[in-house]
Amino acid sequence: MSQAVVSINYKKSVIDAVIAGLLALIVFGPIVGIVLDGYDFNAEPERLMWIVLTVMAGRLAASVFFQTSKGAAFLYKHSSKDEGVHVLLPGHKSKLRWIIPLTIVIALLVPFIASKYILTVVILGLIYVLLGLGLNIVVGLAGLLDLGFVGFYAIGAYGLALGYEHLGLGFWSMLPIAAIIAAIFGAILGFPVLRMHGDYLAIVTLGFGEIIRLVLTNWTELTQGPNGMNAPLPTFFGMEFKRRASEGHVPFHEFFGIPYSSAYKYIFIYLVLLLVVLGVLYVKKRLTKMPIGRAWEALREDEIACRSLGLNHVLVKLSAFMIGASTGGLAGVFFATYQGFVNPSSFTFFESALILAIVVLGGMGSTLGVVIAAFVLTVAPELLREFADYRVLAFGMLMVLMMIWKPRGLVRMTRTGVEQREGNVK
Amino acid sequence: MSSLMEFKEVDVHYGPIQALKKVSLSVNEGEIVTLIGANGAGKSTLLMSIFGQPRISSGEIIYRGEDISKKSSHYVASHGLAQSPEGRRIFPGMTVEENLLMGTIPIGMDHAEEDMRKMFDLFPRLEERRNQRASTMSGGEQQMLAIARALMSRPKLLLLDEPSLGLAPIIVKQIFEILKDVASTGMTIFLVEQNANHALKLADRGYVMVNGEIRMSGTGDELLVNPEVREAYLGGH
Ligand SMILES: Nc1ncnc2c1ncn2[C@@H]1O[C@H](COP(=O)(O)OP(=O)(O)OP(=O)(O)O)[C@@H](O)[C@H]1O
Ligand SMILES: [Mg+2]
Repeated sequence: MSQAVVSINYKKSVIDAVIAGLLALIVFGPIVGIVLDGYDFNAEPERLMWIVLTVMAGRLAASVFFQTSKGAAFLYKHSSKDEGVHVLLPGHKSKLRWIIPLTIVIALLVPFIASKYILTVVILGLIYVLLGLGLNIVVGLAGLLDLGFVGFYAIGAYGLALGYEHLGLGFWSMLPIAAIIAAIFGAILGFPVLRMHGDYLAIVTLGFGEIIRLVLTNWTELTQGPNGMNAPLPTFFGMEFKRRASEGHVPFHEFFGIPYSSAYKYIFIYLVLLLVVLGVLYVKKRLTKMPIGRAWEALREDEIACRSLGLNHVLVKLSAFMIGASTGGLAGVFFATYQGFVNPSSFTFFESALILAIVVLGGMGSTLGVVIAAFVLTVAPELLREFADYRVLAFGMLMVLMMIWKPRGLVRMTRTGVEQREGNVK
Repeated sequence: MSSLMEFKEVDVHYGPIQALKKVSLSVNEGEIVTLIGANGAGKSTLLMSIFGQPRISSGEIIYRGEDISKKSSHYVASHGLAQSPEGRRIFPGMTVEENLLMGTIPIGMDHAEEDMRKMFDLFPRLEERRNQRASTMSGGEQQMLAIARALMSRPKLLLLDEPSLGLAPIIVKQIFEILKDVASTGMTIFLVEQNANHALKLADRGYVMVNGEIRMSGTGDELLVNPEVREAYLGGH
């Protein structure tokens, strides 16, 4: 860099500030400036003025700061032009090697040290980890923008409730069955959209998610519509976690001769869920190293090249949809058993958006990023209950800031290069 | 010499536009055959139609005695046909080695190690850059990678679409030297080019395509001295 004296263009800064102020006026004007009072509107210009002034002052300060040499250096550091996958050298030993077993141990201890409330929040976090991992295969790896992922979540959840109600099947039978059913629906969605890309794919998948929700709402004979359905709890070798077991069953606490506590069922759900999440993480790690994983990435990078290589893109796309969907289905089963109850209002488009936000925020394709983002986006709002009013605002600001400073997500997708094999003499 | 691949009166339409008109040509085992023609003549269309995109509207594409014009691209690729598509189309986010591995998709990974070794002998530049992301490589290196990737499926017939596209003359020369080496191993090559000079010098035989039709054919040397070809494709010198 040259040593030229940095001159600050104050005029530009003032213009920036005025523009920011106008934008703030447009954005906050209707929200903050007008308050609904019964059937009347009250103008609240003072509040609005303060917000707009704050924004203008902030923009002025930022604009001046970024023109100083320190500010320019800061901008440069945070504007990552380097895009795409970060490829590590083969044989790279991850620093996470020690952290993974440690995390697993801590995760196993959580139910015995955390309060019941914290435990329920963490279960929710893990359910979103599953959802994020599922969608990550479709969006992050295969590059297929799916806005209807909540459909598979709903299929899993209703799968458990319907299987219990109509077929008398419990949690353990429905867990694999729901995953398979969700995968079949993934294929059903996958076939018609094989030739679609980008925007068109997004719209069709969005429609799919809504169709599932509308069917669940309106097919009242089967699903009891908006009234929802009960979902069973898991059993522990046939023992139930209720205070009084149903006919022919022994309650868990009686068998072990311990007093009843409603926390046991959450501890059990948590442990099973943790195992499933670890299993999915493992499978995903294996898949990305297998030809199918590379085929997903190839498809995301250049579809025409894939065709010229004779890649069977039908198989590749369908497998991404199906594996992603079955993971979503698993998450649905856990959600249903955790709530003990399902109804269609849990499966709105907002859920799809949230899951997509987890994938984007976490860094497309990055497993670790998705795990962290899932917890940030689900657990943090629970823990910050007092600020519930500002949740969506904070969510939006977080997204904007992330996209400015870390457009590739929290954790960049990294992949170890192909291993150097024996015989490949240097 | 028997014909390895043959186009018989092939028509291709893009909606109302006819891109190929009754195209017939043949490639014999062990030959280098080139197809030259101006922009938009239909050369890439011809090459991609072998992989079924676009599908031909009439005629036949015979490969080793079998009509492959209705087969899937996967079938074609796994039966000994490989191409380096126009514009190279390597996978930018993958390393050189990973790109090469993608080339093994039609035949599986059984020979991956051995073949990668061969590719590195053929293209030493790729070995130096084996762990580099493909998007950060130069145009010439990317072209070498695209050719190597195609060779990874152990093809009987290598199809190349404008390997000289956008490359400096010295690099083009290098690429053609390598193609000569590849051909000397007995590989049959079908080369689509605009760089008629290089292509005709390398090729045993050539075809000239104009507006979707084969206008002329002959040995490479015949076409090189043909006044019409010289006028249209060799700058009249
Ligand atoms: N997907 C498509 N849809 C409609 N028309 C197309 C399509 N692809 C090619 N064409 C048309 O077909 C004709 C032949 O195109 P093609 O790409 O085969 O030419 P080319 O000989 O490879 O040219 P170049 O040397 O510039 O690569 C052109 O008129 C082109 O506009
Ligand atoms: Mg072309």
